[in-house]
Amino acid sequence: MTAQLAPGRRVRVRLDWPETRGPCHIRTPYYVRGQEGVIHRALGRFRNPEKLAFARPAEELALYHVRFDLRRIWPEADADLLVELFESWLEAA
Amino acid sequence: MILGDLDERDMLKGLRALLAEQGIANAAEIAERIAATDAANPGQGAAMVARAWTDREFRALMLADGTKAAEAMGIPMRGLPPLGVLENVPGLHHLVVCTLCSCYPRAVLGYPPFWYKSAAYRAKAVRTPRALLREFGTELARDVAIRVVDSTADYRWMVLPERPAGTDGWDAARLAAIVREGDMIGVTVPSV
Repeated sequence: MTAQLAPGRRVRVRLDWPETRGPCHIRTPYYVRGQEGVIHRALGRFRNPEKLAFARPAEELALYHVRFDLRRIWPEADADLLVELFESWLEAA
Repeated sequence: MILGDLDERDMLKGLRALLAEQGIANAAEIAERIAATDAANPGQGAAMVARAWTDREFRALMLADGTKAAEAMGIPMRGLPPLGVLENVPGLHHLVVCTLCSCYPRAVLGYPPFWYKSAAYRAKAVRTPRALLREFGTELARDVAIRVVDSTADYRWMVLPERPAGTDGWDAARLAAIVREGDMIGVTVPSV
C-alpha cells in the first residue's frame, strides 16, 4: 500500500513468513501477521530496515502505528496494542 | 580466518580505524557518544515528566515531538531514533515492551533494567499485561484500559504518567524525585 493511510482505516498485516525463504531481518512480530488492525497514526517515513540490515540500498517507507485488539490474538490479553509497521506489510482489510 | 579467533581489542581497533577512514565517525565523536550513553539515566526522563506536569506548553511539545522536548532539556538527541511520548490519561494506561529485541529510549532513560530484555517480560507484556502489572505491584482499576506499545521499528517510546494526587503546589524538582524508571515504561505508576 503506497497511498497515505488515514487514521481509522482498517488494514490487515500480510500473512507472510520471509524467514522460511532465507536470511532476513524483519521488524513485524509473528503474532500480528495475518491480523486485522486499524491505522492509529502515521509516524513518518524511514528507510526499509529489511534492506538496511544487509547494507543494501534501502528506500524510504511510510511507518504507521497500527492498533490491534489483543483479545482477538490472545483471549486472555484484556488490552489493546500499538505496533509500528511499515506500509509494505499492510494490505486493505 | 575465523572472526572468533581474533583478539577483540584488535577487532575494535580495526573497526574504529575503518569508521574514521570512511568518514563515518572519528575518535572524538565516538568518545562523545560513549560519554552521553553512560551519562543517560532515568532522572532525565523524570525531569521531562515533572516539567510536563508543571508547564502546559512543554507538555504539548513533549506529546507532539519527544525529541525536541528532550533537546529543550539539554539531552543530546542528535543521530538518535525519534522519541515518542505516550500520554496516560484517566481510563487509559500505556505499557512499553520490545518483543523483537530490546528497543528502549536510552537517550532519556539510560540503560534498560535487566528484566526489560527478558523473554518472560516480553511474552507477558503482550499476552497477560494486567497480570504482569500485578507482578510489579500495580493494580489498575478494572475500568482502566491497558494499551501495550510494542516498540518494533524506528521510534523509542516513553510513558508520560498521570500526576498523582497529593502533589498540589509541588515544584518540578520535588515532582521529578517521585518519578521512577518503571513509571516511564508503564509497569508502575507514580505515587506519594
